[in-house]
Amino acid sequence: MTTVPVSHVLFVAAILFSLGVVGLLVRRNVIFMLVAIEVMLNATGLAFVGAGSRWGQPDGQVMFLFILAMAAAEVSVGLALVLQLYERRKSLDSDRADTLKG
Amino acid sequence: MNALFYLASAVAVIATLLVISRSHPVHALLYFVVSLFAVAVMFFTLGAPFVAALEVVVYAGAIIVLFVFVVMLLNLGPATAGERARILSPRTWTGPAILAAILAVELAVIFARGGGAVGAVAVPPKQVGLALFGPYLLGVEMASMLLLAGLVGAYHLGRRGKGGES
Repeated sequence: MTTVPVSHVLFVAAILFSLGVVGLLVRRNVIFMLVAIEVMLNATGLAFVGAGSRWGQPDGQVMFLFILAMAAAEVSVGLALVLQLYERRKSLDSDRADTLKG
Repeated sequence: MNALFYLASAVAVIATLLVISRSHPVHALLYFVVSLFAVAVMFFTLGAPFVAALEVVVYAGAIIVLFVFVVMLLNLGPATAGERARILSPRTWTGPAILAAILAVELAVIFARGGGAVGAVAVPPKQVGLALFGPYLLGVEMASMLLLAGLVGAYHLGRRGKGGES
């Protein structure tokens, strides 16, 4: 039974990561930006699991669990910030939250 | 059996492409769920069944629900009044349904072949648990502290500010 080459897994992970980067840079809606960050975290997790499966070791999966915990914490704080932003600016456009700009 | 992996990765890339190009948040979230399912199938074919299950439970089950709740809470005013009819129209859900059907066929193929991991050598959940609570125990403790900090931070930020705090 043939296995998937690890380079192909990393290639798919790279494609997904670049799609996340493009989404983060192109969209100005903060909810879409958070989703794009999740896409990127997911792609890194795919790279970890692919590498772990290449060596048949559980370490890649353990790293994915840490990424999962980090993503959960990040998205809860991020969405609370989105709610606060909408309450204050009445908009989800990230360019509206530029009062810190020098 | 590599075809399962490549088909799932094609579905993941297409769904992610549609995630970043939709204009309506709920449509994008639908495609994002499909993308997460596709990545879960890829994990399964790579011999990581435990992580594949967690991907569905935590990402597609918990994190997406958070996003949907926030979209619901924001409820962007009268502009979304006619949304309900549009969201239920077939144009909205045909795309995600087709992509999800491809993944369902893959799942049926996997189970028809005996249900085990295909392709790579499977790393069972027991081994992952032993590594997690053995050499990585400190990391688990740090992750728990991070989650606690996230909980407190989200509670503090999500509180309706009245008076001095806001």
